[in-house]
Amino acid sequence: MNLPSDYWQTLRLTLALAASTTALLLVLGLPLAYGLAHTRSRLRPLAEALVSMPLVLPPTVIGFYLLLAFSDSTAFGRFLIERLGLSLNFTFPGILVGSLVYSLPFMVQPLQAGFRQLPRSLTEAAYMLGKSRLTTLWRVLLPNMKPALLNGAVLTFAHTLGEFGMVLMLGGSLPGRTRVASIAIYDEVQSLHYDQANAYALTLVALAFAILVGLYWFTKRAAARLS
Amino acid sequence: MIDFHLTKALHTAAGPRTLDVRLTLAPGELVALSGPSGAGKTTLLRLLAGLDRPESGFLRVAGQAWYDDARRQWLPPQRRPLGFVFQDYALFPNMTVRENLAFAASGQPAAPQIVADLLELLELTELAPRRPAALSGGQQQRVALARALARRPRLLLLDEPLAALDLPTRLRLQAALATIHQQFNLTTVLISHDPAEIARLADRVVELELGQVRRVGPPLVPPAPATVAGRVLAVLAGGQLRVQLPGGAAVTVSGVAAAGDEVALAVEIARTL
Repeated sequence: MNLPSDYWQTLRLTLALAASTTALLLVLGLPLAYGLAHTRSRLRPLAEALVSMPLVLPPTVIGFYLLLAFSDSTAFGRFLIERLGLSLNFTFPGILVGSLVYSLPFMVQPLQAGFRQLPRSLTEAAYMLGKSRLTTLWRVLLPNMKPALLNGAVLTFAHTLGEFGMVLMLGGSLPGRTRVASIAIYDEVQSLHYDQANAYALTLVALAFAILVGLYWFTKRAAARLS
Repeated sequence: MIDFHLTKALHTAAGPRTLDVRLTLAPGELVALSGPSGAGKTTLLRLLAGLDRPESGFLRVAGQAWYDDARRQWLPPQRRPLGFVFQDYALFPNMTVRENLAFAASGQPAAPQIVADLLELLELTELAPRRPAALSGGQQQRVALARALARRPRLLLLDEPLAALDLPTRLRLQAALATIHQQFNLTTVLISHDPAEIARLADRVVELELGQVRRVGPPLVPPAPATVAGRVLAVLAGGQLRVQLPGGAAVTVSGVAAAGDEVALAVEIARTL
């Protein structure tokens, strides 16, 4: 099988997008999940619905609205472009912002479930030992929800690998900038290069399988160790 | 000296009630909280610890206001120098026994020495490298007690610490608790349902019912002795013994002895109301 000429470039871009999305969502998703798991606010269902919207919306809808938001036809877009010098449409940072929105529930939901699963007395026991919230989170809560952390990270990574409609809307198919593997497959098939489409498709199948096997293997091991 | 008057809404099986307790504890006193479930025992303990917020009243410990509704004073739970033993022990599953204690003692001078002393005192040295999941209930209880002492508190709060344990373990831990209460110069509040335990440990008992104090006073001595003598009639299969009691009746118990031996049976006193 002949590898497409820009195979490695496309693969690097795809992995870079998935890795940066996962890293940023870990940082952004943790406080969000912690807040959602612990709040007693009546607005919680509203916040949960907002976080979960990307699960049910077609990715093209997210892509479409972000495309508008980043363009100079809206006040927000003009603010980004003129004040901050950020032209996000058809760029890597643009599709990165898009995939943060798109993959948000895949990070927040497992983390929120992870926080809820921990007995409240663990947090309270740490408080009784004079520990701050941050120390409690870092030394007690997070180490006891490693499976949830891994689950969130892996699902986010894998889900971002497979993202298509949002990237197509917001990023188009610029080689080396926004052309990720899923887009490349579509392009190659359009040009009847089935062989080259197959190279990308097979890579994604292998990657997704390896990631999921790794996840389930680790989860099983972690469960055996803690019980 | 601990002086408080605390109120909070309670949701009991008999409908909404108000927990309303006013009490003064002398330094070095061991007070048992007793009463039917839903009486507000755990809630009162959590109010003292600052894990729940009272609706009104005050709480002064050794002259310092931990809570005063009128003056809008509130000391967060992290800054209250007390030890708390949870009913489910709440040991940190990711840490070994030693790490649980070290985490608790960290930030104090001579923390490693404190940890070593507590391990020794509660006979945990051999269990130090184990994680909580690999310990029995009684062992977990000892770790929880050691951890609560690691910050050298003057006030110790225990939420039914021994309820889930079998009788021999419970008796051993009661003895340990009494020693520790003395040795660490503690004021202790203990929730217990067991009249024998209360009689053995407590200076005073506070009986709660539906959020109100029903009785404060010395513990009532339970009506039956805690042990009874017997003679082993036969050794049965599976570690069981057939034992004759003084009245002539025979019972089957588990244990190790030879036929004809005189043995002492521990008697668990059923809860009297």
